[in-house]
This record gives sequence, C-alpha cells and structure tokens, in this order.
Amino acid sequence: MPDRKVSVRSIRRWALFAGAVAILASCESPIPENVHLKSVNERKATPDFALKDATGATVKLSSYKGKVVLLNFWATWCGPCKIEIPWFMDFQKTYKDRDFAVVGVSMDEDGWDAVKPYVEQKKMNYQVVLGNDQVSQLFGSIESLPTTIVIDREGRIASMHIGLVSKSTYQKEIEKLLEAPRDVPKTGAVRAAGSEFAWLRSN
Amino acid sequence: MLCALLAVSSLGFVPINAVAQTNVLLVPKPDPVAAKAGTTVEVRLPLQLREGYHVNTNKPPDPYLIPLRLTWDAGPITASEVLYPKPETLKVEFFAGLLPVFSGRFELITRFKVAPSVQPGLVNVAGKLRYQACNDRMCLPPKVIDLTLPVSVSR
Repeated sequence: MPDRKVSVRSIRRWALFAGAVAILASCESPIPENVHLKSVNERKATPDFALKDATGATVKLSSYKGKVVLLNFWATWCGPCKIEIPWFMDFQKTYKDRDFAVVGVSMDEDGWDAVKPYVEQKKMNYQVVLGNDQVSQLFGSIESLPTTIVIDREGRIASMHIGLVSKSTYQKEIEKLLEAPRDVPKTGAVRAAGSEFAWLRSN
Repeated sequence: MLCALLAVSSLGFVPINAVAQTNVLLVPKPDPVAAKAGTTVEVRLPLQLREGYHVNTNKPPDPYLIPLRLTWDAGPITASEVLYPKPETLKVEFFAGLLPVFSGRFELITRFKVAPSVQPGLVNVAGKLRYQACNDRMCLPPKVIDLTLPVSVSR
C-alpha cells in the first residue's frame, strides 16, 4: 500500500510538471499585456508637432483634434516595431470610422530613402511622418523604439509604452478611450501652454 | 499572467527591464600594440553586450537592419581585413528564418598592414565602431563609438 501512495504522488507530481511544461511551451516568449490608462486627472496635454509626410505635406498632431490617436515612434531597423505595424494597420482599418487614427513617426536617420520603400512594401495604411530630435525631446527624449503613446480625444496622453507590448493591450486601451464619454469643454478651462496644446482649445 | 509566473518561478527567468538602457555595449579602450614596419599585425577588440541585448552581424540578412561595422582610417598603418565572429541565431517574429546576431562577449579582429616606410615611434590609428542594439522588446538607436589604437612601431 505505501508503494501505491508513493506512485500516485509521483504520478501527480509528473502530471503537474507536464502541465506546467505544456503551458510554458504554449506561451513561448510572451509579449506582456500592460493595460494602464491614466485617470483623466493624471493625463497631461500632448505636445504638438508639425512633421512632413512622404509627399512633403505638413502633418500637425493637433489636426487630429477629437480623435483617439495611437502615436507610434518606430524605425525600419527596429525588429520589435515591425511586429506591431500589422497590428496598427488592423486598428486603423477597424476603428477609422470611430474617430481613431494611427500616426507613425519614423526615427530613421536615412529619412525617406529608407522609410518610403518600407511603407510602400508593407502597404502601411496609416499616416507616417518623419521624426527628428526636436520631436523626440518634446516627448522626453525617446531613446527606445518602439515607443507608443495613446492619446485621448481631448489630446491628453492616456498611456505611454516603451518597447513591445501585446496587441490586446493597445486594443483594450483604444476601445476604452473610444467608449469614454467626451469631455464637455469649459471656457478657459483648457488652454495651450508653451509648446503643449490640448484638443479642446477653442479655435 | 500564469505564463509569466510559471516562467519566472520554474525557470529562473529574469524579465528584461522595459526601461531604456542606452549604454548596452561595453567597448574597452584598445590596448597599445607593438608592430614592426613592413609586417602585418592582428589586433583583437573584445566587446561585451548587456545581457538580453544583441547586435546585428556585419552582414544582416534584412537590408533594413543596421550592420555592426568596425572601420579604421587609412594611413601608414592600414586595416587590410576585419574578421567578425561566427554569429548565433535567433528566432524572431519579424523575420522569416533565423536571424544571425552577436550577443554576450565576442571579439572583432583587425589585421593591419604596417607600411615598410613607417618611422619607429607611436602611431595612433583612428577607428569607428557602428552598432545598433536590440533586445526582444525594444531597440536602441544606432551608435558610433570613436576608437584610437596606439601602435608602437619598431624596425
């Protein structure tokens, strides 16, 4: 009888071990989910910028007033960025009719010579502009790519992710922001300060 | 969550910090080298990457990736060849196949030709090391490190 107890215990132990191994195998190199939208009171106004697109046209971030924006700093040499690009294309397609937009800011030193062929090859369906050091400084000196900022309809930074996070993280954040009630503007309550702006600034 | 807990507890896995670590490649100041005029000398440059990071090889298979490149200025002591080590390979989601990379400790070897006309004395050879490092979650911008190799030339 004691032998039988030992063997049942041993089988259980092996079954637990095998289960753990199976779970680990199924989640090889997990991309972390890190949904953390700041509360409305904690959100700061997004700095505005004006950057050029591939056609030479100027794109102002403040022109996305009233939309939820996923602002992605990336580069063609950045592997993890390339994992996210198809996700962002998917978001652009899914949410574009719900006041949502993706804006990609390429930090490639070689400029459009490197970026334009990549954008065309991957058929990127969202706005891509060429970044620079000044814009990087506006966002606290962006060193690591990808860095992605999710902006609420009022032009405030709702979350910032340094490095690759899961697609579901972004998806949940975007959906929460799209579902959130719009702020009612109060006269003089939100105004631009320095280079910063808020979407609710009256024109 | 379960996956992360299991990974941490059962395999001693240490997750890579998501905070930017900009200086991830340790490049020592090259040691002085002794060489005779009219000969070839081999110089090793040991490098060490922070754990979890890698750099591309000198010939990455994707044209968008930035190669590791060691170059030396031309002069009376000229780099005739730079030898890169055998890379390791990584399975990454953004590249079909295995991506060759360098990580951990590795060495670059440069063969210098010392011209017969070089006068005895100290000659400084200037070089540049360009690299671009990533881990599995993020990449750092390309960097160029200036190097100076002091060569003591004798007859």
